[in-house]
Amino acid sequence: MAIKTAIDIRRVTQYFGEQKVLADITLSVEKGEIIGLLGPSGAGKTTLIKIMTGQLVPSAGSVMLDGHDMAEAKQEMYRNIGMMMDDLGFYERLSGYDNLKIFAGFYDVPEARVREVLEQVGLYRYRKSPVQKFSKGMKNRLALSRAVLHRPAFLFLDEPTAGLDPATTLQIHKMIGQMQKDGVTIFLTTHNMVEAEKLCKHVALLHDGSIVEYGEPQAINRKYNYRNRLKIHLYSGEDIELELQNAKEAAKTVFEYLQSGQIETIHSAEPDLESVFLELTGRSLQEGRQDAEEDWSFGKAD
Amino acid sequence: MKNTIIIYRKQLKDTGKNMALWIQFVMFPVMAAIMENSIRVEGMPEHFFVGMFTVMHVGMAPLTVSAAIISEEKEKNTLRMLRFANVKPLEYLCGTGGFVFTACMAGGVAFGFLGGYMGEKLLLFCLIMAAGILASMLFGAAIGVWSRTQIAATAVVTPMMMVFAFLPMLAMFNQTIEKIADIAYSQHIQLLLNSLNAGTPAEAKNVIVIAANVMIAAVLFGIAYRRRGLM
Ligand SMILES: Nc1ncnc2c1ncn2[C@@H]1O[C@H](COP(=O)(O)OP(=O)(O)OP(=O)(O)O)[C@@H](O)[C@H]1O
Ligand SMILES: [Mg+2]
Repeated sequence: MAIKTAIDIRRVTQYFGEQKVLADITLSVEKGEIIGLLGPSGAGKTTLIKIMTGQLVPSAGSVMLDGHDMAEAKQEMYRNIGMMMDDLGFYERLSGYDNLKIFAGFYDVPEARVREVLEQVGLYRYRKSPVQKFSKGMKNRLALSRAVLHRPAFLFLDEPTAGLDPATTLQIHKMIGQMQKDGVTIFLTTHNMVEAEKLCKHVALLHDGSIVEYGEPQAINRKYNYRNRLKIHLYSGEDIELELQNAKEAAKTVFEYLQSGQIETIHSAEPDLESVFLELTGRSLQEGRQDAEEDWSFGKAD
Repeated sequence: MKNTIIIYRKQLKDTGKNMALWIQFVMFPVMAAIMENSIRVEGMPEHFFVGMFTVMHVGMAPLTVSAAIISEEKEKNTLRMLRFANVKPLEYLCGTGGFVFTACMAGGVAFGFLGGYMGEKLLLFCLIMAAGILASMLFGAAIGVWSRTQIAATAVVTPMMMVFAFLPMLAMFNQTIEKIADIAYSQHIQLLLNSLNAGTPAEAKNVIVIAANVMIAAVLFGIAYRRRGLM
């Protein structure tokens, strides 16, 4: 079976005034795959999603969805697009059910489908509460259910799990996985390495508007995995990193610390996407985030 | 048409839950009803309060409500979601405008009954209201489309609404103000109502000024729409 290109980004460049936010981005996504766009705050992730969904016409280059140029054929393509932007866009005084019912009306989707998607995201119980009473996680889940209401062929998710607790994150991951099984092409942005490695077939690392690395997460990790390290944390608070290539030296050091009873913990520090990114750009993916410590609860910097 | 009806219904439901808005629709009719029935001053013209609050209703409610609704949708990015659901700008404007118009007219009809208008006079009264509401609503929509946030819209709406709603009343007491008020649609709504009450024929000037106001508001709306866009 021939693999079909679903999203074709060709040499997209975007200026805001003098500022070059995206520089000559070329990327293609196969039908039915999940691709992750990773990058720190301000890298240009949301801007690229806006261009792909026709909300913004790029300064140069083009985006084709299923062979349709988004700068021209937007209206017909909207039917095939489900979207979740970082500002969610709900009628906050209305209930979750009413919000979805409005869109079911526009899309000519039977009202039974509203119940179906609300059950999928576990919000049917809360269907009568006004959205303004929802927690952030509930709002994100509601946004996801609205995005899939009309069974689109493309799903664009801008940081679908930012700021969510692990349980909600897991629930959203399950839904995304289910959508993929149904054949939906999914483009998501994130600063969460674990999320990208778990969900995405391919990832692209975006830095200052350029893609600095692209490929399968495991392949990228392997490519940069030329020096495994050992991380030792001492009771004194000091951190020590040992290169494992130099096995004899490392073993000797570990032995000495062990003997003197100074070691609190030992970790292996295998390069992951996070450290690959750091190595490529000298910047952390979490830069600009407030609570970057906790893997699952990134704060929004903007 | 289907989308327009959905927008209309959505707005009806949403306004019902938004006290700051629906209070605009009912405030003046209720105040008129109370004052008509409780305050009697020697020599005061009949249905004095109905006349006064009718003009305030026309000058305030459609203006503030349409500006608030549109600017809130821009600020909260709900308009973007509508566009992605293939709702056309015209469908949105008809649904929202239709709602504001009918809700304001409901208050207008209430004024008609309070004022004791019957038959042909009631019809004429409603026609005058409709013209005023249309002008007021278009000014509000222009401001709503121009503004990026609700606060920005309110900053423009508040002084404008003061001018339109209170000029006709102040014009009764001051000649200079009367001259200024002569270009405002609300002043001529007042004058048309006066002649309706007195049973004298309306002046052509009244109709012309109101029509000119509607046209100016429509042009302003067009400019705002072109420059800022709806979605
Ligand atoms: N409409 C706009 N006008 C001017 N500058 C903009 C506009 N939108 C985005 N930018 C700028 O473009 C850059 C990239 O922004 P973008 O929102 O795409 O980043 P991001 O990767 O989504 O960041 P985050 O992770 O914080 O959401 C930023 O420097 C931002 O200030
Ligand atoms: Mg963003």
